[in-house]
Amino acid sequence: MTATEVEVRQLPYVMAFNEAVRQCMREDENIFCAGEDIGAFGGVFGTFGGLQKEFGERRVVDTPISEQAIVGLGVGAAVMGLRPIVDLMFMDFMCVAMDQIVNQAAKLKYMFGGTARIPLTITCGGGAGLSAAAQHSQSLEALLCHIPGLKVVVPSSPYDMKGLMVSCIREDNPTVMVKHKRMLGVSGPVPEELYAIPLGVANIVRPGTDVTVVAYGRMVSEAMLAAEQLAEEGVECEIVDPRTLQPLDSATIVASARKTNRVVVVHEAVRFGGIGAEIAAQIQEEAFDYLDAPVGRIGAPFSPVPFSPVLEAIYIPNAARIADGIRATFGRPARSV
Amino acid sequence: MELTDDTLRDLHRRMVRIRLFEEAAGRLAEANKLPGFLHLYVGEEAVAAGVCVALTDEDQITSTHRGHGHLVAKGGDFNRMMAELMAKSTGYCKGKGGSMHISDLELGMLGANGIVGAGTPIAVGAGFANKYRDNGKVAAAFFGDGATNIGAFHEAANMACALKLPVVFVCENNEYGEFTPRHKTMAITDIVDRAVGYGMPSVMVDGMDAVAVYEAAVEAVARARAGAGPSLIEAKTYRYYNHHGVQNLGLKYRPDAEVERWKERDAINGIQARMAEAGVMTPDQAEAVWAEIRADIDAAIKFADESPTPDPSMLLVDVYSQNVEAL
Ligand SMILES: Cc1ncc(C[n+]2csc(CCOP(=O)(O)OP(=O)(O)O)c2C)c(N)n1
Ligand SMILES: [Mg+2]
Repeated sequence: MTATEVEVRQLPYVMAFNEAVRQCMREDENIFCAGEDIGAFGGVFGTFGGLQKEFGERRVVDTPISEQAIVGLGVGAAVMGLRPIVDLMFMDFMCVAMDQIVNQAAKLKYMFGGTARIPLTITCGGGAGLSAAAQHSQSLEALLCHIPGLKVVVPSSPYDMKGLMVSCIREDNPTVMVKHKRMLGVSGPVPEELYAIPLGVANIVRPGTDVTVVAYGRMVSEAMLAAEQLAEEGVECEIVDPRTLQPLDSATIVASARKTNRVVVVHEAVRFGGIGAEIAAQIQEEAFDYLDAPVGRIGAPFSPVPFSPVLEAIYIPNAARIADGIRATFGRPARSV
Repeated sequence: MELTDDTLRDLHRRMVRIRLFEEAAGRLAEANKLPGFLHLYVGEEAVAAGVCVALTDEDQITSTHRGHGHLVAKGGDFNRMMAELMAKSTGYCKGKGGSMHISDLELGMLGANGIVGAGTPIAVGAGFANKYRDNGKVAAAFFGDGATNIGAFHEAANMACALKLPVVFVCENNEYGEFTPRHKTMAITDIVDRAVGYGMPSVMVDGMDAVAVYEAAVEAVARARAGAGPSLIEAKTYRYYNHHGVQNLGLKYRPDAEVERWKERDAINGIQARMAEAGVMTPDQAEAVWAEIRADIDAAIKFADESPTPDPSMLLVDVYSQNVEAL
């Protein structure tokens, strides 16, 4: 470790989120938070911990269990010039608020001929791995990416969480910030000062020469493990984390594909119709002549998320499956059982 | 309507079955033997028991995230319930649903639910099917006070009234939604006030008194069965344990004294005292009921423990139904 790295403070993912909100709220009186149990309790994932204590009940609002009205509250307040952060607890609950998200928040600006501005951040916890079963474990980001007008943000580290959340809050369009539930306690270096990571700029998490692995959210750490295994087999993976799925940094992904000539796209969401399909399609459009193998896609099988830990472990993509996907692009046999 | 000794014994037995099942589940969760979330029904037994004794086995119920009590009250099988909580293939949902999706369609238990309020429109659909077939059956929807803040509840209540469906809405008002007190999320104190807006008859009962719940339910069920439409029952009740799990984690959101006050009015103690006084059941006889049910619980835990986990090949099974050839 270098001297500068030692100095950077370690912070868990959950606190990186919290600090982004806190520092932005100190700067901008127009920012307020609303959601179920986020006040005194600090949110069921602890993401809003202590915010009501600092900013009071006016700016950190406990709402009824009313997802549609929670998002609607955010839309209306945003149109009026406030900068709302509304929380939906579990990503699955966005389905209850789908009209406000898809038909209202995403479209008002366009439908009103550009006159409206919707600086709204919707936050939610996504992802499986807690035996929380089919209604509390989904990765529904592809649904959102399909809707023109929305931005979709999927941080893979505490550092990215803070910087991306700051950008979400400052963004003048509706954004959905997906916190991965299984990463809440994961710590990493996070500078104390306020900083922003622009939306739509991918991060090359690991440079490599032989194959590109596009992964986001919790799958980045699984892809890193897979890359270590592959390095032992003489394959250097380049891991590209798009950080935001809408907008998507296609240029960085395509440039990497042209360099390595092989690509595997990974997500925890169901493979069919997932964002991996979009990325694979863009790569074949922009880098067809460079490819030495079909673009591989790793995702969850086509079923709801099972409750059983045994089934869930098979369900969620992991390093072993990613490694096999990478091997396949070299025509090598799978190794995991 | 006369309250028979058998009805009292039935109410008591169903409540003790819920209590012992839930306490066993709580212990297993604390021993890390239950994966996932666990929302215990302890304290609220009188509501599920009172309503389900007023229903027949053919009637339907919809439930909530706090659903074990409803299934036990409807006659749920301990073995299959415990196996489901332990994510075993012998469970009610073959280990795929768990606590929050426990269900038994044969008993008319149309599912616990992970989405607050989502069971209420489903009960309206069941009520519609009953009316459509003119089968004389009734659907009851259990839901919390917090669930009455969600659109699904209001749409369901209005539609059931507009279509005059055989539905009974049963609100378990335990004064909290997760960790937030009810008064912070609604400007009314009594959920029954909501019924007025739908033109629905309503009644408020002591949810710590199984007989009171039962009597209100008998009336509402009779009204539904007679084709006179839905009713709302608000049962004032209380959960003894945390929103999920057993212990309060860290932050205190309700005073100990409040919990103790409700426990003093425990519904099972209440009915046992009443039956002892009326000479329906001596304390020794009551103890025998507890002992018998404890043995059933022990057997269920053993059954679940010894059951296999789901075979990996089951992962993709039951995503869709096989089409049945039309008759
Ligand atoms: C649509 C939706 N929003 C939020 C939640 C998270 N949640 C689960 S239980 C609960 C509280 C429910 O309160 P209430 O209806 O009063 O039932 P109780 O838990 O008190 O029995 C909440 C907010 C959820 N499961 N579904
Ligand atoms: Mg409640």
